[in-house]
Amino acid sequence: MGGREPVAARFAPGERVRVRRADPPGHVRTPWYCRGHAGVIERICGSFANPEELAYNRDGLPARPLYRVRFLCRELWQNYAGNAGDVVEIEIFQHWLEPA
Amino acid sequence: MKLQDEQDSRGYYRRMQSAIEELLILKGVFTGADVERQVKAMDSRDPGRGAKMVARAWVDPAYRARALENGSAAAEELGFAVGPLRLIVLEDTPRVHNVIVCTLCSCYPRMLLGLPPEWYKSRNYRSRVVREPRQVLREFGTHIPDEVEIRVHDSTADMRYMVLPLRPAGSGHLNEEQLAQLVTRDSLIGVALAGAPG
Amino acid sequence: MRSHHDMGGMPAGRCEPDEHEYELWEKRVDALMMLLSDKERQLLKVDELRRNIESLGADAYERMGYYERWMHSICQTLIQRGVISIDELGRKMAELEARDGRA
Repeated sequence: MGGREPVAARFAPGERVRVRRADPPGHVRTPWYCRGHAGVIERICGSFANPEELAYNRDGLPARPLYRVRFLCRELWQNYAGNAGDVVEIEIFQHWLEPA
Repeated sequence: MKLQDEQDSRGYYRRMQSAIEELLILKGVFTGADVERQVKAMDSRDPGRGAKMVARAWVDPAYRARALENGSAAAEELGFAVGPLRLIVLEDTPRVHNVIVCTLCSCYPRMLLGLPPEWYKSRNYRSRVVREPRQVLREFGTHIPDEVEIRVHDSTADMRYMVLPLRPAGSGHLNEEQLAQLVTRDSLIGVALAGAPG
Repeated sequence: MRSHHDMGGMPAGRCEPDEHEYELWEKRVDALMMLLSDKERQLLKVDELRRNIESLGADAYERMGYYERWMHSICQTLIQRGVISIDELGRKMAELEARDGRA
């Protein structure tokens, strides 16, 4: 299926990224509520096998970078009532992210 | 008929559990002793282990720094074998309050803290804490001032999280063991403050 | 389409601080998952467990208890992997039901 070489990291902490709008069936770990939204890379967690493939007992390789992405609540939600700096931080795999 | 089915459903899955366990023992996949050992191991994991880490971090700034850098290594340092757990410790400050959720299922640092509370796995918590964290925290009796920022962490992939709560005011005279008593499971998840009742 | 389990941000009710005293069979389901997914056996990936739970559909997902969903899902995974057959499972469950009846 994939190769064995881990995928290189495209993004760095502090960079602004957008979660792709896509709607595949199957086991997806990118929550619906963040799709299409932009956020900032908070850190690179490391590289891991793809859970979408692991869910079907495939090896999920190559490992690809997993990031924590920080989203402002006031951008995620309509009429968010809280501190303007309130955030949700979500672990998102690189293949779901594009530059914002 | 339908009522009968519903009443029996738990019996059905209990029977399935026994059946599969027996079949797998017969096939040599594991032994009954293996199962007992796993049950005991999970029983031995509890939030007190996280509380010990927090108390240590409160009294030892170098340990705090290590815990923030690598939560799993910091757990192992105190003798807690966490296996493949990738723990991120999130530091509360006077300006930032952290709270943990898994909106997609119920991911939780089980290998350190044991099994999660029922409410953590509930529809209501998983749905609402990312959307309206302040209201949800109020339902737990926790009021976060408007000027403190909230960070909600959704455990969607390989990392697991534990909050390092603020050390309560007036705790300066307590020893490490006493400090650990102030750290509840709920404060490690972020729906309560340390030193708060419940 | 948003999947039923993917509920972040959806409207929902008040959070009640529910606790749960785990029953032994639930702990044994948990133990089963741990043993099957460990490095030695690798007979189940936690991702397969999650996928099989997500596949339950909204109605079953809501109706079933947490460890019922897990047990269903572990069972599905073992069948999918060919570790157990439906026939031998059916026979064993019937045997246990008869054993319970005689107890």
